[in-house]
Amino acid sequence: MAPATALSPASVADLIDAMAAARRGGHALAISGGGSKAGIGRLAPGAVLLDMSAFTGIIDYDPVELVLTVGAGTQLADVEALVAAEDQMLAFDPFDHGPIFGEVGGRATIGGVVAAGVAGSRRVSAGSARDHLLGFRAVSGAGEALLAGARVVKNVTGYDLPKLGAGSWGRLFAMTELTLKVLPRPPVRATRAIAGLDAQQAIRAMAAAMGSQAEVVAAAHISAQLRGGAALTAVQVCGFGPAVEAKAAILDCVLAAHGRVMALEESEAIGLWDDLRTLAPLNSGQPLWRVHVPPSRGAAVVSNLHPHGAHWLFDWAGGLVWLTFDGDPDLVRAAAARAGGHASLVRGPAALREKVPAFDPPLPGVAALEERVRRAFDPSGVFETGRFGDRA
Amino acid sequence: MSLVMPEPYAGVLARRSEIVRALRAIVPGEGVIDDPDALRAYESDGLTAYRQPPMVAVLPETTDQVAAILRWCHAQGVRVVPRGAGTSLSGGALPLVDAVLVGMARFNRMLDIDYADRLAVVQPGVTNLAVTRAVEDRGFYYAPDPSSQIACTIGGNVAENSGGVHCLKYGLTTNNVLGVEIVLMDGEIIRLGGRQLDSAGLDLLGVVVGSEGLLGIVTEVTVRILPKPEGARALLIGFPSVESGGQCVADVIAAGIIPAGMEMMDRLAIHAAEAFVEVGYPLDVEALLIVELDGVTAECDHLTGEVAAIARANGATTLRLSADEAERVAFWAGRKAAFPAVGRVSPDYYCMDGTIPRRRLPEVLERMRELSEQYGLGLANVFHAGDGNLHPLILYDANVPGELDRAEAFGADILRLCVAVGGVLTGEHGVGVEKRDLMPEMFSETDLRQQQGLKCAFDPKSLLNPGKVFPMLHRCAELGRMHVHRGATPFPDLPRF
Repeated sequence: MAPATALSPASVADLIDAMAAARRGGHALAISGGGSKAGIGRLAPGAVLLDMSAFTGIIDYDPVELVLTVGAGTQLADVEALVAAEDQMLAFDPFDHGPIFGEVGGRATIGGVVAAGVAGSRRVSAGSARDHLLGFRAVSGAGEALLAGARVVKNVTGYDLPKLGAGSWGRLFAMTELTLKVLPRPPVRATRAIAGLDAQQAIRAMAAAMGSQAEVVAAAHISAQLRGGAALTAVQVCGFGPAVEAKAAILDCVLAAHGRVMALEESEAIGLWDDLRTLAPLNSGQPLWRVHVPPSRGAAVVSNLHPHGAHWLFDWAGGLVWLTFDGDPDLVRAAAARAGGHASLVRGPAALREKVPAFDPPLPGVAALEERVRRAFDPSGVFETGRFGDRA
Repeated sequence: MSLVMPEPYAGVLARRSEIVRALRAIVPGEGVIDDPDALRAYESDGLTAYRQPPMVAVLPETTDQVAAILRWCHAQGVRVVPRGAGTSLSGGALPLVDAVLVGMARFNRMLDIDYADRLAVVQPGVTNLAVTRAVEDRGFYYAPDPSSQIACTIGGNVAENSGGVHCLKYGLTTNNVLGVEIVLMDGEIIRLGGRQLDSAGLDLLGVVVGSEGLLGIVTEVTVRILPKPEGARALLIGFPSVESGGQCVADVIAAGIIPAGMEMMDRLAIHAAEAFVEVGYPLDVEALLIVELDGVTAECDHLTGEVAAIARANGATTLRLSADEAERVAFWAGRKAAFPAVGRVSPDYYCMDGTIPRRRLPEVLERMRELSEQYGLGLANVFHAGDGNLHPLILYDANVPGELDRAEAFGADILRLCVAVGGVLTGEHGVGVEKRDLMPEMFSETDLRQQQGLKCAFDPKSLLNPGKVFPMLHRCAELGRMHVHRGATPFPDLPRF
């Protein structure tokens, strides 16, 4: 009998059954939350979709403990609304891929956001999902229920399996329940900006801000080509009112050497940081790349690719280069490697994704170790859908 | 001591002189230590209740030497115990009678400091404090600050995922490490992470940090450095009960304030500390809270006012704000000396390290008082109050027959209590040998087997730091992982038992 094309487990027992059936039937399982990242990686036509949306709901939330336990299938919008009602926020800045693929934001599940291990603009100061996933429950590819980490903010008991869960992209286990750190939401934010800098000047300005005592939470630069000729370099600070004024004053001082410093109006600042979240400036339909490099090398990446027609912006003070590029994908990977980083193909036509892996292939020693780690949780390759080139 | 360590390999013990010769071929000169008196220097770490000199110690200087040592030991089936400065409080560096101890002290160079990318590349034997010392003249520092920071090494910090008094705001080691070079037990040298944020692929860097020397030996570490905050001020607040101090902590966080540090001491710890360092701690209070606020000056001023108001609302009986840097340091001096101070009022003490959800603090304190009476042993309490990490210090006298055993039984009961209220066995000191046998309190057999599966992916012969973290290490082949891929075994017709 041919396997069903989608499964909707409603319990841990269902999940264990699904894993067992997959092992027996020899079919792979593609874990899915809100589907916002379905356009990443190769198509996996033979895989059975494992829909995790039944694992929803708030399991435990005590704001004063700074800990939230939530079903992995809960939508990001619901999680954010819950903590916002207590004047809190997730300790990491969740990145929602929906808008990149032309969908409404907020429908990604928290499990998917964590499994992708990708964070937004505040990553440079706040850390990523890996830094704030305190614990989880899951069912491994071996069909075993698994408890990792704990529900307290400080814990070093046993291996730090939550680090593996964040960024696992559904290749190790199906997470059903997540415990995440939450933090108070700063009441005030302010953005300072300089117009007209080129890539290298922007990197220097952002480095000066990051190295100052202003406690910068985010630093980004949108290139001139994406803003009708007027590049914008922006730096954000936050905190209680009196502190934000003092931090902004420090920025005024350290940025003055780099250009005329503007205080962005709140609506303009919100629009700018929204652009970094949705990547609206790069919504051209061209293949979209995410390049991680040491911040000082961001300019080198774009100077290599700009002449070939790339459009780009910087986040993370230059450590994250988002670019759209229709040319030879090898040029992107080579530019990232020369800069000491790596490049991920986030959006592109299926034919391109078939040819070009989503992530930089690891070096042989690391690749072998990664495979052994995957085998430790998924001995039969239940999660090897071929999406990430891991089908043997 | 009732610690059961893995059965020594008799064949390895018999080959000691051959092993020493082989190591000398890899590390020439003084780098191989086999003299029994000299080996005593390595017989224990900060958990001094357990002592065992290693079979031989080797002090490599290069990554290639580490790789050659591990490759040779792997091929010969010889166990290896890595060691940094030996300040572990959980016995993570406790030698084994049949193991080679690999001391990383000679990896003591700062390799690169990059202010543009705000990172430092250091060898693992560099001390924690030395990183800050190297970058402070440019206004930077390395955030994790375990209290042993003068002596403990970055390599040891990576192994233990060390914290410190500022980790509520700035994170543990794992949140401040960008990359490592690591040698696996088979001698393979790999790099995980780098100078950028986040790597492609699984976050193996994240599992290496905190793996207590069971997955590999780290030979280079890239850490983030941060601009030193413009200012820091501390409040010293006395309360008539530990409970009111605990409520103050909860109210500070509920007000949206995350202090740089928030430490609490109980009456016994306060008195011991004041007798030791004489910094003017109030002696008529049951709990003392130190709250440190850092950041821009305006923020420090604003938040110290907010915290003071919250403290008064919770019935604080004394409240002092540090007027200058000297007074701030003085406030901390007593807290930082709390362990040795307690060591002056009791012949021996045993430091615990559980974390609990903060809301359960009153009942945990009450139960600890009962246990203290039941075991007939005194207890001083020092807490990282902001994150619920408790350091109860059990007072005992090792010269009184049976007291060490009673202290250990008392400690185990405290840790069981931490787990029972939803907490964990260790917040920052590591499992090591100390809490190894309590792991089943927190994890099921299946959970532990899955963690060991990860160990097997890195070290299939289980040669690296055996006897640590896991109560019973299954041989990797016994974990039931017959690696059946898509239902096809490599030799489907062979009988399997």
